Amino acid sequence: MKKQLITPLIIFGLLVVLLVVGLIKAKYIRDVPSPLIGKSTPTFNLPTVEDTQKTFNSEELKGQVSLVNVWASWCVSCRAEHEVLNYAAKKKGIRIYSVNYKDDLNDARQWLKSRGDPYVKSAFDSNGRLGIDWGVYGVPETFVIDQQGKIRYKFTGPIYINDLENIIIPCINSLKAGKEAQCEKK
Amino acid sequence: MKKSKVLILLFVFCLLPVLVFAGPQKAPKPPIVFENSQVEKDYLELAKQLRCLVCQNQNLIDSNADLADDLRREVAKMLKQGKSKKQVTDFMVNRYGDFVLYNPPLKSTTWLLWGGPFVLMFIGIFILLKKVRSGRQDRHTDSSELSDQEKQKLQDILNK
Repeated sequence: MKKQLITPLIIFGLLVVLLVVGLIKAKYIRDVPSPLIGKSTPTFNLPTVEDTQKTFNSEELKGQVSLVNVWASWCVSCRAEHEVLNYAAKKKGIRIYSVNYKDDLNDARQWLKSRGDPYVKSAFDSNGRLGIDWGVYGVPETFVIDQQGKIRYKFTGPIYINDLENIIIPCINSLKAGKEAQCEKK
Repeated sequence: MKKSKVLILLFVFCLLPVLVFAGPQKAPKPPIVFENSQVEKDYLELAKQLRCLVCQNQNLIDSNADLADDLRREVAKMLKQGKSKKQVTDFMVNRYGDFVLYNPPLKSTTWLLWGGPFVLMFIGIFILLKKVRSGRQDRHTDSSELSDQEKQKLQDILNK
């Protein structure tokens, strides 16, 4: 009798372990792994938000480690993130480029004027075509680009201050030092 | 009364993702029109197999998300240009990964997903056969052979 109970109990125990692991991992499950990690950034050549006569070319991302932040003025969670980006650019000296995704040009300019502009340069992606090429599926998203212009990490959702300190900055530092990229979520 | 409140709350809750991913307010875009019925058939087939990345349990046809609309138009545009279904699928996978496909491809990282059910089925069959066989054997020994004690008991009864 007792022996008969053991097998179902073991199976039940394994199932519980499986479900608990699933619950813990569920936090990250929304993040779709990007196939672009380790590849060169998809090329683009778009007008800038600051001046639509000027252009922002993907070639400009080569040469140094930088972030590319995808944002929009209609994106609510970008507001919280914007403060963190201001801090990262001004206090931590991080080079941040941006892609203004499916936005209204005047709204975007107004946003940068009133909330501060942490960006070196902002591409104006009015129809979201660059977004498709970069596999953007929700704003904000942030890419870490290395000196060779390759995408090394993708952060989905708003970067909060602890994400900046625990993930983004170690990632940038490891790339700057030419070491193996340490960009994984802990 | 209480039920209606719950319903309203539920409704608001359902709207939350829409608020988070709401796109800029613009005039509705023109519908996607096809002149070639074969292209339209291919389009419908593909859009049913591709996942909307925003609302991850819907395909491109079902989803009303802004991104789904963009991707639908992209699929339609590529097919109209004469690109094959394979080319369109590759285009999506190169940008969004295998996750964009509702049917994951068979590769080293997905063998468990595809093979798992069969492995479980064989384990089940194996256990079932074993049980059936051992059960049959038990019955066999039980009915045909008596233990020494039982033989003694039988003799006692017969000798009475």
